[in-house]
Amino acid sequence: MRRVSKAPRRLTRTEARSARAASGFLLPFLALFLLCFIAPIGYALYESLLKVERTGPLGLGGETKQVWAGLSNYAHALEDDRFTAGFGRVLLFGAVQIPLMIAFATALALLLDAASARWVGFFRTAFFLPYGVPGVIASILWGFLYVPGISPLVEMADSMGWDVDFLGRGAVLWSIANIVTWQFTGYNMLVLIAQLKAVPGELYEAARIDGANAWQVARHIKLPLIRPALVLTTVFSLIGTLQLFAEPKVLKPLSNSIDSGYTPNLAAYNEAFTSNNQHIAAAEAVLLALVACVLSFGFLRLVGQRGKDGDNG
Amino acid sequence: MNEANDLAGAVASEPADGAASGQVRPEAVPPDDRPGAGRRAARRREGTEPPLRHRIITVSLLTVAAIYFLTPVYWLVVSSTKSSSDLFGTFGFWFHDPHPLDYLHRVLTYDDGIYVRWFANSLMYAGVGALAATLLSAAAGYALAKFRFPGREGIFNVILAGVLIPGTALALPLYLLFSEIGLANTYWAVLIPSIVSPFGVYLCRIYAAAAVPDSLLEAARIDGAGEARIFSTLGLRLMTPALVTVFLFQFVHIWNNFFLPLVMLSDSDLYPIQLGLTSWQGYADRQPELYQYTVGGAFLSVLPLMVLMGVLQRYWRTGLTEGSVKA
Repeated sequence: MRRVSKAPRRLTRTEARSARAASGFLLPFLALFLLCFIAPIGYALYESLLKVERTGPLGLGGETKQVWAGLSNYAHALEDDRFTAGFGRVLLFGAVQIPLMIAFATALALLLDAASARWVGFFRTAFFLPYGVPGVIASILWGFLYVPGISPLVEMADSMGWDVDFLGRGAVLWSIANIVTWQFTGYNMLVLIAQLKAVPGELYEAARIDGANAWQVARHIKLPLIRPALVLTTVFSLIGTLQLFAEPKVLKPLSNSIDSGYTPNLAAYNEAFTSNNQHIAAAEAVLLALVACVLSFGFLRLVGQRGKDGDNG
Repeated sequence: MNEANDLAGAVASEPADGAASGQVRPEAVPPDDRPGAGRRAARRREGTEPPLRHRIITVSLLTVAAIYFLTPVYWLVVSSTKSSSDLFGTFGFWFHDPHPLDYLHRVLTYDDGIYVRWFANSLMYAGVGALAATLLSAAAGYALAKFRFPGREGIFNVILAGVLIPGTALALPLYLLFSEIGLANTYWAVLIPSIVSPFGVYLCRIYAAAAVPDSLLEAARIDGAGEARIFSTLGLRLMTPALVTVFLFQFVHIWNNFFLPLVMLSDSDLYPIQLGLTSWQGYADRQPELYQYTVGGAFLSVLPLMVLMGVLQRYWRTGLTEGSVKA
């Protein structure tokens, strides 16, 4: 009974009992985590390294089998101009939309924090409401507001002599950016407000006694203190941006400017379900996850580093 | 995994810090919920009332933002009362010959009431999925917070990394895997992945660490209670605020998820609402009345989440920065 484990350090009896009880609580989650997170990643990696080969005369026979492909699926994906263009597009999208949205959310959070109490509840709810609208519904909704003939916005612009085309080649990416901004600004704002509320009131008191005005308090006290929440919302936005799918998919029938590889996710989806090319789709999904991880970890490291420098200085 | 810990720090302040700031902050009631006049009077006494000019600018800016956020919702409400031809023929921001009940009735009965079925599917996926996710997260988070065993930090860090993996990058491989084992195009295909919430485990661990005292667990053990019983009677009860948060988040997450059901399901009887509405929208070119049904269906589908949003934002502070503070 004593030799419970062959681990280098023998477990004490309490530790062993602890481990036994803990595993009972942990196993159900871990089993499903394995099935839904670890296994798909492994399976995608495996699939991405295979390809389908047809046998028979002239390669036209009914016989197909999976053979080792090495990295050829990755090479194929990376050589596909549409796929790489899609990646470039979401990166450009993120570089513009994320800073704008976070700045917008920060401004709203600071304004709400400074506003008189009577209005705060209404505004907070109004800003947060779009988060409750699923991406697909939001895209259907805004789609109607973009399409000429049905959109009151286009009609109003027309009557003022403006010729707007929300779904044109240059504009459609930013029309999508508007949908995403509309949906998630309120969510990010609430995260920031939550962190603002955790700032001890004495800090403001001290600043006021030192003669700081509202702007200085916001700039020099509130902003630095909500930095962790800013980092968090930025990382989540980054992950979300790379996954862009519902918006372009819903707007695609309305706009000629959205092709089947408009975003990496759309490309992988079409590769798997339209072209029946699941090995290339798997490679594209792996590339997508890889880029997402590199970018979010990279960003965390970057701001982590800068934070430490700031503390030293 | 320093990065993951940074993230942890960002999501919720450490229990100790949180408790400290909770003590420093004098008001137990969020200031926002207090009557405005009282708060203003207090501010005036303290001489911190912002000048009128500032307040006017603030409220004006907030109003402009509110118009931006509410306009599409307003359009949806107006448009759900219109026929397909009026949708195209009349000004979108104003009513024209409204027949709301008539049109909503048609949405609900079209194609043998398929909309109702989609609605029920969505409720089932989100309701059952979120409930199971909450229980699994609670048990796992509790175990990670309250038991010491080898590999604990390693397991926790792997779960945290799961938060950073984009869900849609997983959905496609998951589909390939599930079709291999014969689960694709079943209710399970959407339900099973929905009940795994790494973020829920993370939140439950932080919360349990702060809200479930070790001394209480020891006392219960000395009284001879088994671990399962201690968890179900003490742990779950003390963790309730965090569990409500996890449930609501996961409910919204599953309800809004589009990519997973899209890849998993081909049988329209299994569709959740979003998938059903996009299929209507796809056919609307050939069947113009589907434009009207898409709008009406979107309107109906948004209602329950709007209500839930009202509830959810109250829990937001509890969930994100102060999850660890208030028991």
